[in-house]
Amino acid sequence: MNATVEYEPVIGLEIHVQLSTRTKMFCGCELSFGAPPNTRTCPTCLGLPGALPVVNERAIHFGIMIGLALECEIAERSLFHRKNYFYPDLPKGYQISQYDVPLCRGGRLGDVRIHRVHLEEDAAKLNHLGASGRIHGSDRSWVDFNRGGTPLVEIVSEPDIRSSDQAREWLILLRTTLRQLGVSDVDMSQGSLRCDANVSIRPAGASELGTKTELKNMNSFAFVARGIEAEIERQKRLLDAGEPVEQETLHFDPTTGNLTPLRSKEEAHDYRYFPEPDLVPVLATAEMVSAARDALPAELPAERAARFERELGLHADTARLFAFRAELGDYFEQALAAAGGNGARDGGAELEPVELSNWIGPLVERIGSDADPASSNVTPESLAALATMVKAREVSRDAAREVLTLLVQEGGDPRTIVEREGLGAISDDDGGLGELVDQAIAADPDAAEKVRAGNMKAIGPLVGYVMRETKGRADGGEITRLIRERLSN
Amino acid sequence: MNELIDLTATQAAERIRAGDVDAAELFEAYRERAAADELNAFTWVAPESPTNGLPANAPLRGVPVAVKDLFCTEGVPSQAGSKILEGYRPPYTATVIAKLSDAGAPLLAKTNQDEFAMGSSNENSAFGPVLNPWDRTRVPGGSSGGSAAAVAAGLAPWAIGTDTGGSIRQPAALCGIVGLKPTYGACSRYGMIAFASSLDQAGPFTRDVTDAALLFRHMVGRDRRDSTSLDYPGEIELPRAEDLKGLRLGVPEDLTGAAGGIEPGVRENFEATIKLAEGLGASIEPCRLPHAPQALSAYYLIAPAEASANLARFDGVRYGLRVDGDKDLIRMYSRTREVGFGAEVKRRIMLGTYALSSGYYDAYYGTAQKVRTKIAEDFRSAFDRFDFIVTPTSPCVAFELGAKLDDPLAMYLNDFLAVPMSLAGIAAISIPSGLSDGLPVGFQLAGPAFSENRLLDAAHALERAIGFDGSRVRV
Repeated sequence: MNATVEYEPVIGLEIHVQLSTRTKMFCGCELSFGAPPNTRTCPTCLGLPGALPVVNERAIHFGIMIGLALECEIAERSLFHRKNYFYPDLPKGYQISQYDVPLCRGGRLGDVRIHRVHLEEDAAKLNHLGASGRIHGSDRSWVDFNRGGTPLVEIVSEPDIRSSDQAREWLILLRTTLRQLGVSDVDMSQGSLRCDANVSIRPAGASELGTKTELKNMNSFAFVARGIEAEIERQKRLLDAGEPVEQETLHFDPTTGNLTPLRSKEEAHDYRYFPEPDLVPVLATAEMVSAARDALPAELPAERAARFERELGLHADTARLFAFRAELGDYFEQALAAAGGNGARDGGAELEPVELSNWIGPLVERIGSDADPASSNVTPESLAALATMVKAREVSRDAAREVLTLLVQEGGDPRTIVEREGLGAISDDDGGLGELVDQAIAADPDAAEKVRAGNMKAIGPLVGYVMRETKGRADGGEITRLIRERLSN
Repeated sequence: MNELIDLTATQAAERIRAGDVDAAELFEAYRERAAADELNAFTWVAPESPTNGLPANAPLRGVPVAVKDLFCTEGVPSQAGSKILEGYRPPYTATVIAKLSDAGAPLLAKTNQDEFAMGSSNENSAFGPVLNPWDRTRVPGGSSGGSAAAVAAGLAPWAIGTDTGGSIRQPAALCGIVGLKPTYGACSRYGMIAFASSLDQAGPFTRDVTDAALLFRHMVGRDRRDSTSLDYPGEIELPRAEDLKGLRLGVPEDLTGAAGGIEPGVRENFEATIKLAEGLGASIEPCRLPHAPQALSAYYLIAPAEASANLARFDGVRYGLRVDGDKDLIRMYSRTREVGFGAEVKRRIMLGTYALSSGYYDAYYGTAQKVRTKIAEDFRSAFDRFDFIVTPTSPCVAFELGAKLDDPLAMYLNDFLAVPMSLAGIAAISIPSGLSDGLPVGFQLAGPAFSENRLLDAAHALERAIGFDGSRVRV
């Protein structure tokens, strides 16, 4: 028993993404969301005897696009295999997937390496009748083959992730990247983005990997983080108690936070993979790869984050946040463009991108963390103008926050609001601030004496006095400067 | 009436086009014969003549065709000879059958077969065995035994079957008719209930080589529903050759030697046929196919492996037979498969599952694929020197019902001479080359991929010289 061992989590993700092609992976049935059950089917996706699969070229195109966006090597020739197992959602008794010769190999997204990317078909959807909606305790189940055969891309990361937060953030980056490619709806709640995690822990500094478990059913970004965190803690408890981690698949229940085994290694499937004889190898020609390259957006989120950090000097965290949540990045860039125009000239001060970026957070706080600022009452121009006014000391930081709250509520021009509400900054130039500083010193001689003696912590009450009197309209830095000026020896 | 039956399909098609024969009358003549079948050749016979809907001026207008049960035919029972598909009527029609229908050939009947095309005697059928019209105590060969027997007995002018490892050529040989196994990819597999997808190929059963060419002409072509199908290079011509001048025929001693187990009567006939070919101007020389003797072993790993996956869909859930599982899904699956599949099918599912299993894949399936590649290379080198490879089609003539039922290996050896061509994906044809003890013997010519026109020409010249007459079993 050694409770002082520090552990390092080692996490890899396997992500399934439904592609938004018009038709299914191996037949001409249209994809459907919400169509009546079993209306988008044909002999092929029902697995009727004699029916054959034909590869959807659009899905290959999307697969290559994803491979390129993730900096993978695209295989000139890749193979489909049959993955054999019995389950009622799998009408052929095998899934057509890729095995040892996938479409894409290697690659990287942000700080996580990509192991492989391959194409396969989705299973049909099982609906379990009964109170829980889960298979256990249900009276009967029915199968909706509309989903069966939907094109899926499976993206497998290398085990480069070291924390649940990193997993969550990376998954958001992946989603944004795929969304920007336009290849999928990437909606976890609808199942068009699904994430499994392989989790192990090892003593910090060790190079050998611990025994991993596979976590399934984490159908939101928050659940991914919570599920992984719960599993890390579970494994720590086991190892601390001197017990081994079993290699198994675990089901995460988000309501209880429990992890329950789905199947253990002893029951592991032998999928008996072999090359799908009904299909010919997928040949990704130079033309196909170049067509996919041409279809990529000009800048992908990882590149955008790097640009925000490198060229605009944003903090790394902010740069990633803006790039991974494209709507924030887009809004920020529009505001920046506005500030670089009239905003900066009007104020007479050059607004630094990082200064502008500091206003996105307060805006998001006020509109709700999941909302798109572009659909709020605050235009990028208004935010740029407000930030510029702060920079030019026309309005104090605290007063500007108040202005922002009003902008969120009613929209409009920040300058008008400042004037209407009388929130303009009070400065020493018009005489008012100097008098208030003198009053503050007179009102609290003890504090003044301490400051004079060099105890700068005592300055707080003096600044606070002025702030109260000006209702926050004065600039804190300016007040501090004036107090120190008066109390210096 | 009998005059109609005596016409070859090609002659019948010509007469119908010329207005000398009435399509409905021809169909009815065959329909009546098929309905009165005593060979158990059919699993379904059309209840009435398709008086309407025959495309006018269609090249095969009104010449009915019998079709192996495993071809899906919309609304018509299609069970692949298996109990597990009891009552199954597909909602769609196989491409090859649709093409023939477009060419004017109406569906006469579905023919009996070994279950899922697994067998060489047609005794593995849920519908019972087919009898050989030459001797009703004997098998017709398999797996397309019903198609072969029906054509030989004049119950159909021609028929369609499938060849995975000899299932067209061997029954054609045992029934004294022509059977063509086309190049893999020449005909669409869409709608053929699969046995071994990388080997299955549809082909014609006919009374003569000209009929084979005509039927094949209307079967070929790329199908966008079958990725493994190919555009046939050029047209299929009706054969005209009357000699074999300048043709080099190779006799693969690796197959025709002692390992082949060729019975004396068949060997005698084969040698006589070779002499005839020489007389027609061909040069005959021995050739090597060093890996061909391993073909059967490789075949019995690859085909069952593919079959084990192809047959996984028969679970009792969506179509065909379902045996109740007392509210337990897995029990329903296993009871349905226990009752629905016959012994040979179960044997091959087990073989194939084993061959693909983790830890055995490389040794079995992997090695078999390597052997397959070697065999294809053997043929390629042989075709550098030879136009065609010739062998007897089957090492033996039709054997007695039940003779090999308890000995799967003896049964498998029937296809020793046919399987190498299947693994190589090349074209091969069997033509009747005479009788041995009163039973037909088949002569096989194999050519490179897409050599069917040359192959049909050579077979035609040889057929003329042989002058085989099978009319006496068309009673």
